[in-house]
Amino acid sequence: MVRLPYTTALTTLFSYGLLFAFGQLRDLFRKLLDWFRSKDLKGYAPICLGLEDFYVRRLYLRIQDCFGRPIASAPDAWIDVVERYSNDNNKTLHRTSNSTKCLNLGSYNYLGFAAADEYCTPRVIESLKKYSPSTCSVRVDGGTTQLHAELEELVARFVGKPAAVLFGMGYVTNSAIIPCLIGKGGLLISDSLNHNSIVNGARGSGATVRVFQHNSPSHLEEVLREQIAEGQPRTHRPWKKIIVIVEGIYSMEGELCKLPEIIAVCKKYKAYTYLDEAHSIGAIGKSGRGVCELLGVDPADVDIMMGTFTKSFGSCGGYIAASKEIIQYLKYTCPAHLYATSMSPPAVQQVISAIKVILGEDGSNRGAQKLARIRENSNFFRSELQKMGFEVLGDNDSPVMPIMLYNPAKIPAFSRECLRQNVAVVTVAFPATPLLLARARICISAAHTREDMIKGLEVISKVGDLVGIKYFPTEPPKLAKEAHKKPVAVILP
Amino acid sequence: MVSPVAGMTTKALDWFSIAFDAPLARAVVFGVHIDGHLVVEVLLIAVILFQLSRKSYKPPKKPLSEKEIDDLCEEWVPESLTPSITDDMKAQPPALESAAGPHTIINGKEVLNFASANFLGLIGHEKIIDSCVGSVEKYGVGSCGPRGFYGTIDAHLDCENRIAKFLGTPDSILYSYGISTIFSVIPAFCKKGDIIVADEGVHWAVQNGLYLSRSTVVYYKHNDMTSLEKTLEKMTRGNKQAEKLRRYIVVEALYQNSGQIAPLDEIVRLKEKYRFRLIMDESNSFGVLGNSGRGLAEHFGVPIEKIDIITAGMGNALATDGGFCTGSVRVIDHQRLSSSGYVFSASLPPYLASAAIAAVDYLEANPTVLSSLRRNIASLVEGLSDIPGLTVASNPLSPIVLLKLKNSTGSQKRDLQLLNKIVERVLEEDSVYIVTTKRSNLDKCPLPVGIRMFVSAGHSESDLQNASDALKRVAASVLSELN
Repeated sequence: MVRLPYTTALTTLFSYGLLFAFGQLRDLFRKLLDWFRSKDLKGYAPICLGLEDFYVRRLYLRIQDCFGRPIASAPDAWIDVVERYSNDNNKTLHRTSNSTKCLNLGSYNYLGFAAADEYCTPRVIESLKKYSPSTCSVRVDGGTTQLHAELEELVARFVGKPAAVLFGMGYVTNSAIIPCLIGKGGLLISDSLNHNSIVNGARGSGATVRVFQHNSPSHLEEVLREQIAEGQPRTHRPWKKIIVIVEGIYSMEGELCKLPEIIAVCKKYKAYTYLDEAHSIGAIGKSGRGVCELLGVDPADVDIMMGTFTKSFGSCGGYIAASKEIIQYLKYTCPAHLYATSMSPPAVQQVISAIKVILGEDGSNRGAQKLARIRENSNFFRSELQKMGFEVLGDNDSPVMPIMLYNPAKIPAFSRECLRQNVAVVTVAFPATPLLLARARICISAAHTREDMIKGLEVISKVGDLVGIKYFPTEPPKLAKEAHKKPVAVILP
Repeated sequence: MVSPVAGMTTKALDWFSIAFDAPLARAVVFGVHIDGHLVVEVLLIAVILFQLSRKSYKPPKKPLSEKEIDDLCEEWVPESLTPSITDDMKAQPPALESAAGPHTIINGKEVLNFASANFLGLIGHEKIIDSCVGSVEKYGVGSCGPRGFYGTIDAHLDCENRIAKFLGTPDSILYSYGISTIFSVIPAFCKKGDIIVADEGVHWAVQNGLYLSRSTVVYYKHNDMTSLEKTLEKMTRGNKQAEKLRRYIVVEALYQNSGQIAPLDEIVRLKEKYRFRLIMDESNSFGVLGNSGRGLAEHFGVPIEKIDIITAGMGNALATDGGFCTGSVRVIDHQRLSSSGYVFSASLPPYLASAAIAAVDYLEANPTVLSSLRRNIASLVEGLSDIPGLTVASNPLSPIVLLKLKNSTGSQKRDLQLLNKIVERVLEEDSVYIVTTKRSNLDKCPLPVGIRMFVSAGHSESDLQNASDALKRVAASVLSELN
């Protein structure tokens, strides 16, 4: 967990307070100046009230150039970041036709399938020519091709469940499946740091939602006991069913979930489990099968496993893997299956080829090499950053590494300085993280070579010194230790 | 028995009075002679007042003991995660073995395909496939990141500019999936307390967006302008608060569930009269209606600035995937930070964005494809006009042709079974692939089910003739079995 030192908390609060005060001052001047100029809304209420987008107008727009940077190449280990300029103090940004080649430490390209791959790309192009970029139909109405059927079987086999169903977008998978599984009278218990798609799905289902402390099986047990004993709110009838939703790797923390303990608690209290492996499928585990393999949990113990193809497989879309009955029911009633355009066939082919490479079924051992490389890379990068004195979150083996920044001014400083030295990093602030805990998030890929990572580390260390985010003491390198052993008698009189 | 008790009581009272009388025998306060019994009465009144002022007695709440909670947890039995599987849940759609164009291959046989919304016939088009191949070679397949974190590829920005230029709006924004467009846009603009008036026939994605927005939603009768006017009147009459609230009308240009076209000129007139904003979903009408395919606004001759927010999924006429939203600069900029389907999701794969640009280029260069589409629709509707037992329930200009049962059997389930039988036999005997409308359990749409046919500009005259002949024959035989 993050330990926020007092002085840092005070300075961060002071910075935000200053920015807030300046923002209010500017708003006051804007109101005075606009007194004379009437905004003709003709009786309509304004589409956004002034208070709602205060954060956007006064804080976010100042650092807008750190987000949404367009690129002009594939999101591989090195990318061409397009340069942008602004004539009105960051309010609008314009593209130029220049681009700089930067090291990419921000894209979710865990196994390096993002750019053209020697096995996957020819097959994708073949399927493009055969099936066209889209089927223009929903899955049940002529949107199911042989590729979709093949991929569903392959995913089920890869994950270790009896059956699977595909969707064209990971976000929609969560938002449309959770309402099918549970409705009014049911209870959803979700981790406090779950992704927005799960929150939306939970809200859309109409069930009661309770939150347990992040990654704490003991608090989950407390919540379960309390809720089962109390029953539904106001009527105190027993709950129809309880589903506990957790994620494999939490993308803003880089932590793995404590899956074995959580599964044990859920089994004890007869709750169903739903595991969202958006970031962990394909990236961790000895053969890439995700957090179940890494932590030694039998996939049959998790009721529903969800994942996306965007991160490790370099494609788009999501899947749900569960027992045959659940999948059959979902295919019959899930709105995303009945009303949404089916997944694009070339994207399906990309996932099929990627899974075949990972499993080694393409006849080479590139898959095993990629998996070993990403594990080595993540552990190397993380340990080096920790040695340099940065505050890095996350567990070993996880390819996501947030570096804490805290102070709002350090966010644009870190981001712009790194870009100037040709390293592209991602910085995250409110509202994706709590207000005081802004961070820079590094995503390591199997496509990064040792030299790439050493260059990245150098630049981050230099910028870290400039910006002042080395909150922990540096581990002195071995040479310095030797130097200390030299006799100090030279200095003493 | 009573008299000795009475006697004892009077003796006690007398004793009290004498005891109290003694010292106060000569006390006179305010002209009231203080007697001993006055003290007793005062004490009694004091006791009564004290009792009245106390709170009513509630038995204390004991929290459940650990053992009791353990027992409750053991007793509790959850329902199963899904209900048991019935026969109609086991139906599997046929798997296509080639592209979903006007002719496709199912189970090794070539069939006529009326189930894909390939309105302009762009599936299999050379130029589009070439631009996709170039895109895949340059950018790979996926974009590996959300728009805010290096997932914005210049293909996306080019696509947004192209669509805005084509429609004549100031700006547009791309989403990575068709249905997520509308259910992210609505919660971004409508918050708790706002008023939304929506058509009752909107499809599930719109319903979900309306539910997630937590605003007050009122439905009006499907495509009925008098019902809309009455509802608008009701929501605004005498409601001073309504001035400060945001008010929206949500409609679809061409309804997926019924094939009806919304009368945009009427709606714009009503919106201006009652000061509502208009959100319109043009998934099925973009690239289909209007002289050059620019959608419903062009079809009715309404200037596009009058529609506040237009959303569309690109999975229909443009033969690609994803969706977009256009409107004023303020509307679009607001979505870049507060629309959940845009911010928290990976961006559209770049090859699909290039396919969209190629499709829009093709449409702009060849507006004649729209007249062939219209010709096809007209001839199919004519061919289907005399099928026994089924009527055409959609608008004659709509490329989604909906056939309804003339006499419903009474339950939606049995209607659907009957229609499924017709559809299966048509596929088996005449190799024409058509489908029925499917409804999810979560869908609240009250419109009736039917057989849906998607007409494409790529269908030939003989295709349409074969389809209507096949349907006529099978419908006659299946429905005569019923009688």
